[in-house]
Amino acid sequence: MSWFRKPSSTPLWRDEFPVFTADERYVNRRQFTKFLTLTSFGMLAGNLWILARSAFHRAPTYPRIAVAAAGEIAVGGVKTFAYPTAGDPCILVRTGSDSFAAYSQKCTHLSCAVYYDQTQNRLECPCHQGFFSIADGSVLQGPPRRALPRVSLERKDGQLIAVGVEGEGS
Amino acid sequence: MNTDPPRNRGLTAIDGAMVLIVILLVVQIWLLSATLESYLGGHREAAVPGAIISGILFAACLALYRLVDRIDSDVRKG
Repeated sequence: MSWFRKPSSTPLWRDEFPVFTADERYVNRRQFTKFLTLTSFGMLAGNLWILARSAFHRAPTYPRIAVAAAGEIAVGGVKTFAYPTAGDPCILVRTGSDSFAAYSQKCTHLSCAVYYDQTQNRLECPCHQGFFSIADGSVLQGPPRRALPRVSLERKDGQLIAVGVEGEGS
Repeated sequence: MNTDPPRNRGLTAIDGAMVLIVILLVVQIWLLSATLESYLGGHREAAVPGAIISGILFAACLALYRLVDRIDSDVRKG
């Protein structure tokens, strides 16, 4: 049995449902080109969706949440917390005696949890070996293409307070 | 003088148009991916040029599809 049938001048919509496997699997050039063009329309729809989201974007408001006492983390130590909602894990790193850095813990590649590697002084994603700078969250190596969103911190009465997120698109 | 039968010439033109559509589609997929990455990174200024270029690429794909459709019909008519 042949895998291909002979081309037919009957429009596809007028054809009966195929009986033979060969007829079911047959796709002619015109149908394939139509499929590619519809896929192209899908890509355009995606771009238009991004455009609409950008046009109607409103700057988010972030709560002020105390995430840790400044003295409770040793230099090189970390603490995880959730900000701005309970579903947004973040990581706080004490990078020096008087300096802290906090980032979203979700890798920008496929959302695995990043951890702090003190020996290399960088944030690492164990899933696909994506490395981020502890200084600004930028990508040092690996498949991620975007920097980690940075959590803005303020110090007040010995407390570290999260006040916003930078570099977050949605 | 071209001695190919019209059917062969038509098929060559259709194959060429299909290759062009595939190339345009690959560019469009890359464009969507880059625009989305940019948007998720907080750079919303890439959305407008991304949508415009994607629209142009879609229009080119549509024109090529119409061309394939027309050549195919002509070849079938003989």
